Amino acid sequence: MTAFPFTAIVGQDEMKQAMILTAIDPTIGGVLVFGDRGTGKSTAVRALSGLLPPIQMVTGSPTNAATVQDQPDWAAPAGDVITAPTPVVDLPLGVTEDRVTGSLDIEKALTRGEKAFEPGLLARANRGYLYIDEVNLLEDHIVDLLLDVAQSGENVVEREGLSIRHPARFVLVGSGNPEEGELRPQLLDRFGLSVEVTSPTDIDTRIEVIRRRDAYETDRDTFLAQWEPQQDTLRARIVAAKAALSGQVTPDDTLRACAELCIALGSDGLRGELTLLRAARALAAFDGAGTVTLDHIKSIAASALRHRLRRDPLDEAGSSARVARTLAEVFDEPTIAAVTG
Amino acid sequence: MTHPAWDRAVLALRLLAIDPVGLGGIWLRGRAGPVRDRFLAALPAPLPHRRLHPAISDEQLYGGVDLPATLTSDKVIYQQGLMANPSLLILPMAERTSPGLAARLGIALDQKTGHALVALDEGATPEEALPPALADRLALHLDLSELGFHDTAVAQITPPPLVPVTVPPGTITDLAAISVRLGISSLRAPLLALAAARTHAVFQGRVEVDQTDLLVATELVLAPRATQIPDAEADHEPPPPPPDTSSEGEAQDDTTPDDAALPQEILLKAVRAMLPADLLARLAAGKAARATGSAGTGAKKRGNRRGRPLPSRPGRLGGDARIDLVATLRAAAPWQPLRRSLSPRGQRLHIRPADIRVKQYQETSDRLLIFVVDASGSAAMARLAEAKGAVELLLVQAYARRDHVALIAFRGTGAELLLPPTRSLVQTKRRLAALPGGGGTPMAAGLQAALDLALQARGRGLTPTVALLTDGRANIALDGSADRRAAQSDAMVLARALARQGVPALIIDTGARPQPQLRDMAKMLDAPYLPLPRADAARLGAAVSAALEV
Repeated sequence: MTAFPFTAIVGQDEMKQAMILTAIDPTIGGVLVFGDRGTGKSTAVRALSGLLPPIQMVTGSPTNAATVQDQPDWAAPAGDVITAPTPVVDLPLGVTEDRVTGSLDIEKALTRGEKAFEPGLLARANRGYLYIDEVNLLEDHIVDLLLDVAQSGENVVEREGLSIRHPARFVLVGSGNPEEGELRPQLLDRFGLSVEVTSPTDIDTRIEVIRRRDAYETDRDTFLAQWEPQQDTLRARIVAAKAALSGQVTPDDTLRACAELCIALGSDGLRGELTLLRAARALAAFDGAGTVTLDHIKSIAASALRHRLRRDPLDEAGSSARVARTLAEVFDEPTIAAVTG
Repeated sequence: MTHPAWDRAVLALRLLAIDPVGLGGIWLRGRAGPVRDRFLAALPAPLPHRRLHPAISDEQLYGGVDLPATLTSDKVIYQQGLMANPSLLILPMAERTSPGLAARLGIALDQKTGHALVALDEGATPEEALPPALADRLALHLDLSELGFHDTAVAQITPPPLVPVTVPPGTITDLAAISVRLGISSLRAPLLALAAARTHAVFQGRVEVDQTDLLVATELVLAPRATQIPDAEADHEPPPPPPDTSSEGEAQDDTTPDDAALPQEILLKAVRAMLPADLLARLAAGKAARATGSAGTGAKKRGNRRGRPLPSRPGRLGGDARIDLVATLRAAAPWQPLRRSLSPRGQRLHIRPADIRVKQYQETSDRLLIFVVDASGSAAMARLAEAKGAVELLLVQAYARRDHVALIAFRGTGAELLLPPTRSLVQTKRRLAALPGGGGTPMAAGLQAALDLALQARGRGLTPTVALLTDGRANIALDGSADRRAAQSDAMVLARALARQGVPALIIDTGARPQPQLRDMAKMLDAPYLPLPRADAARLGAAVSAALEV
């Protein structure tokens, strides 16, 4: 089934921006989408597979190896290198540890008495995306396992005297409805960007959403063909931004602004600063700017920092507003200082 | 003569028979009984029926290795799960569905792999219902709880085949506008209404959606989801009539001759006639239920010792883990031939650490009742004495219900934690004996102390509830200044913070006359408001436990 075109998603600009940025620079480290029911969270993630630029990989490689040398030794000998779509792998709720990490191939063990490794979802998601719908309902032990692998970029399986390690570098995308449960702060922090989505309240926007969805469901081919040019344009921009990423210049006062913002917000650890900077750099590359400016920082600050703030039960406005307020407070001074000094 | 609600139910079944996947399914509220049996007997058969239950395991849903068959046949035999083939899933006792199962079923419905769901919800109160995530994905919402057997009739359903139906321009606009005016925020609702309108057109043998189809879609899909009563813009009709209205037929009669009228207004009129009069009360209840999570006195937590059993999971042989022996043997079974062939010692049974499965239980955590008592001059000393009495009474019952009690008093310029969370009656009596009174009413400080304590208790696995006893005249602000207005707004801010944290609360007004501010605060907190001007300790204790027993 061909997914709904990414570019045909109405509104939800922050969510789309966050996903595009992780496509440009996967080291930003994942996107968390929290929001109401029926706002197109899942639609957007599934749309990614149709948007992302294809990757080079060895045919049939269980870990999507880029070159013949990267093909793991426990897998079948490497074939040709082909162009394949970027993998977007679903991690369903209630999945067993064995299916996530991979385990012994039970069929071979039973029928032939052989020890063979059967790769799991982490292997399939390597170099791509791992999507967890309802991430806040995921079992704790699976969450711990994912955190561990996401941190190290490597999956280690020890079972039946078998010791397998393979690369597992993926962009974690989680979605969920905060009404159904909160996410542990440790997991929150692992997501590079976090986005809050709400139902559009503007009637015209809502009509447009329904119209496009209906067109997609009733006449899929025509609809997809109609959106192909936009998809191609966006894909080309992402590819160009990827190439331009390393050439982005980050002036000292931008770095200073990042640090000041994070200090003012009291966000824990240095992860916030790093993500903020990486995301701003990816945004600059996407805009074709060449230099990471304060404007880039400002437009990405809420996504990069809102989930890293200490919770303040007395603050009514929520963390998005706190980031916005601090932005205004911090950035009015440094910009003036930068001009005069 | 059948009841209009039954007619609607039969119509819903007819639509479901035509396009089960497009509509997602039916959410049926009503107890088990002859009415529901008659409804189920009429369930259409374009898809095979499969029965689920709320505690279904993933293996039953998605399939897995069939161990007995595999061991006897020497090759792997997989067992198909219920989700493997397109089917009409029937979920009885749907009000007990866990968020996890709701999410799994929701994903299956979203992927349109040929499944439809009929959720049989036997919830007795609005708080007890199908998880909203799942209800949102089912187009047709029905309520048969008010019907008797004589209101129904046998229904025969032979669906016509699904054919493409065109939609005239403006239809989507109408459905979007109506759902906004009914206060429906989800965008799935208008999409499902559109699908229902199309299906109804197929049922009527038409190839284009018209006014009647929209009316049916609005009634079956949008009206039950309404969260507000639409404002009468064009017409000046009285607010909704009682719920037992039978205006379905009338409304249809109105519309057919009068196609020139504004379609939205006609549809809204039909909806307004359908909305139950107690809509707002129901909404308030629904909101409270969302805030506190599922039913039960305490939040759920996992353990290895006691409670309701959950599926066992891989674990380690540790000091206090309970091993699930059968599950462990099951996990080890398929590997026996391999292990035997590799083992130098030829023992018969090989269990490795990776096979160990430990039992898991789900238990409800203990509740902590935080009393926040006004000890200011305005609340007479007598009130304080009654509050002390009520705390002690509740503690006596606490052993049966596993409640902990804490007491915070506010007076003068601040609040004081007089009794840290405890279940000890002796300690309570000793501490409460010397509860001083008099001074200003720093309600905000009291609420802040309660909030801090509630969050702290939650961190330790307790489920906090706050009971505020006051006469409502806050006059000391958080910073200790005697500014009545700041004091009131600070108290409101803290009440909002409590509500946002989902801490259930209860407000007891001990003033001689009920205070509107306290009533407002209770509304904001979604909390029960009890004016008890002359309560003694026994009545106070009874009122608190009654209000919390839901």
